[in-house]
Parts: sequence; C-alpha cells; structure tokens
Amino acid sequence: MILNIKYFGLLAEVTQCNEEQFEFSGSNVSELREALYQKYEMLIQKDFQIAQDQVLISNETKITETEIALLPPFAGG
Amino acid sequence: MSRYNRHIILSEIGQKGQDKLSNAKVLVIGAGGLGCPLLQYLAAAGIGTLGIMDFDVVSESNLQRQILFGSSSLGLNKAIAAKERLEDLNNTIQINAYTRKLTHKNSLELFKNYDIIVDGTDNFASRYLINDASIITKKPLVYAGIYKFEGQVSVFNYQGGPSYRCLFPTPPEEGAIPNCSEIGVLGVLPGIVGTMQANEVLKLILGIGDVLSGKVLYYNALTSQTTTLKINRSEKEIQKVVATEYFFETLDKELICDFSIPEISIQEALKTQNIQFIDVREPWAQPKVEALDSLNIPLSEFYSNLDKISNNTPKMIFCQEGVMSKKAVSILQEHSINNSFSIKEGAFEIIEYLENKNGK
Repeated sequence: MILNIKYFGLLAEVTQCNEEQFEFSGSNVSELREALYQKYEMLIQKDFQIAQDQVLISNETKITETEIALLPPFAGG
Repeated sequence: MSRYNRHIILSEIGQKGQDKLSNAKVLVIGAGGLGCPLLQYLAAAGIGTLGIMDFDVVSESNLQRQILFGSSSLGLNKAIAAKERLEDLNNTIQINAYTRKLTHKNSLELFKNYDIIVDGTDNFASRYLINDASIITKKPLVYAGIYKFEGQVSVFNYQGGPSYRCLFPTPPEEGAIPNCSEIGVLGVLPGIVGTMQANEVLKLILGIGDVLSGKVLYYNALTSQTTTLKINRSEKEIQKVVATEYFFETLDKELICDFSIPEISIQEALKTQNIQFIDVREPWAQPKVEALDSLNIPLSEFYSNLDKISNNTPKMIFCQEGVMSKKAVSILQEHSINNSFSIKEGAFEIIEYLENKNGK
C-alpha cells in the first residue's frame, strides 16, 4: 500500500522532507520501521514513535491506515 | 479587586474561578525559554502560590528568548531573577524560588507541596525524573519540549491518563537529541509553546475546556501547522515507575555514572604531544573552533566512521557542552579504541581559552 508519512523534528532532517508517499508491503509497525531503516540508514539511531491515523501505536500494531506520522522526543526548553 | 476583572467578567471563570486560581499551587521547573512566558502568564493570572526551580544563571545568549530577564539579570540565578521580576508583575501572590537542582532525593517532598507540576526543562534526564516523581506523588504534569522551529505539548498523569513514558518509554541516549544551546531555536517558539502550557495549567485549575490529556499537540512555527496525536496509557510503563516508590530517593546516579569516561581540560589537552582533536557536533553547529586542527565526525555518524579514528594517537574529543563528547568516548571504549579523552569544556569555552592564551 502507499502510505503518506509525515516526519517531525530532526527526522525531517534525516529524510530531507517533511512528508512523502512511501510504498510499504509489510504488515505491522516493526516491519514499517525496518522498511524505513532500509531507505534511511540514519533513522536507526533516532528515537521516534509512530502514529497511524493520528493515534500513537506500538510495534506490534498492524498498519491498516495510510496516514502515518513519525514523532521524535524534543529535548529543548 | 480590579486586577482580575477581565477574568471575573467571563462567565466561564467568574469570582469562583478566580478564587480557584488564587488557591492553586503550581511548580514550574526550568525558568528558561518555556518557563519565562508561562511564569509570566501564571503570575499575571493570580496563581496563589508559584514555585520556580532553576539552578542555572542568566547568560547573554538567553536574552533572545527568555523574556523575564534583561541585561541587569546577567549572572543571577534564574529562579531568583524570575521571582524578582514576577513580584513586580503581581505582588499579591506567593512566589517561591528554588535554586537547587532537581534530584530524585529532593523531588518527592517538593512536589507534595504543589497541585500541578510544569516541565520547562531542557534535557531528558530532568524530563523523565519529573514524569516519574509526578506519577509517584500523583500530580498532573504539564509538559512541553521544543526543537528549532517545532514544539510538542501534553498533560500527563491527569485523571488516569497516560504519562510521558507512555509516549516515549525509554530516555534517548544522552546527547542523541540536541537541545537549544547546541542547535539553536527560533526565539518566539518557546514563547508560543510555553504560553500553550500556561493555558493548559489554567484549564486544569478552572476545570473548563478540554485538557490535552491522552494526546500530544505538535506545532510547527514554519508551517503554522498543528497536529494532535492520541497517546494510549501504558499500564506496564506506569507500574514500572510506581514500583520504584520506596527507593526512588536513592536513584540519583549522576555522581557515579561517568567515572569510566576520562576527561581532560583544554589546557591539559594542549600540553599533550601528537594529538587528534575530534569535534563530534553536527556540521552546522556554531561556533566553529577554527584555531584547532580538528576532525569533524558528528556523533550521529560516529559508528560508521570509526575507521577514520586512529587507535594509537591520543584523541581529544569536544562538543558544545562536554556531554556528547563523553558519549563519543564511551562509543570508542566499546570498540576497544583506546587513548581517547572527553574535553571538559564546550566549544565556547575552548575558543575563549585559546583567545586568551594567544593574547587576543
């Protein structure tokens, strides 16, 4: 399926874009992470959580929706 | 009292709501970019007891965004300087300044004296400590974090809602995510995000509107877009914290954690022969230390560049604040690359030292 992925914070610096269409053939969040690491090697070192359809989800959750967002923690204050 | 008239004439607040604000006790940790605007609005709104905790002092580079301070505050402790300014803004409220660092040992007793905790800190160690102490003392926590042009805001531990650990279960490695002093920040961003935090505090106290509990609001100042993401409560993460309650005060480990990382002052480093300086900041980090012949290997790319680092040459590693450099030394140690030292000073201090030494 074609996912629409949004990248927040320093993740957008790794991917060089705020948003993109991403072809994904796996089924759950762990597999999505692997697919993203394949495309962007530097993402492995970054901490982030994945949201599907505006809900943050765990690694076992199945990907059923196309709206995905990657949220890293922000240190600054 | 005419001071709060514009609150009182709102039917959603009234005298009853204003009395709630007067009776509220709010502790703000960190009087920096986020802390300054939110403290201003909380003081102006008449929060009866306002605690301000910060161990840092005001420096010139703070003034671009930390709007409680001016030239006359330079060098003063931030909690004290903020209290002084806020007492002028509203002399009818009680303001408590705490100039010590928040620790596991002192957090629980302190939090028990307040109704709401607000996180305006700039590092993950403090953020997780504040979250955990809020869980144990059962206090709602108004959280925000910022990065360059972006911010995130949420309310944790509120009426059975999720905590920071339900959003991000484990702290990132120290130095993995840069803070404002390392990477820069648009001055108005913490103003906007800190004001959003103040708004959440007021809603919590007044019991009006929808509190940002169970969701995190993300804001991008460049696109003016906001996104709200839902967070589910993780009972497992919360129970892990609850389980530490009876030994929580013994968990401070900053005194023991770094003994294995050799540190050196820039002065001593320069006395050593045939050394390699390595700058582990990202390529865009400022200021550049041009007076030192150094190799730039950003910490984010350290693993893939280990082959560029000679095992025999003594390696003097520096960064913006002397924190990421320790991480780099620990990575080298893991890979049995010896003879590496973390320079205690950050880039600014190194430049200052070199300029003084060369009599500029």
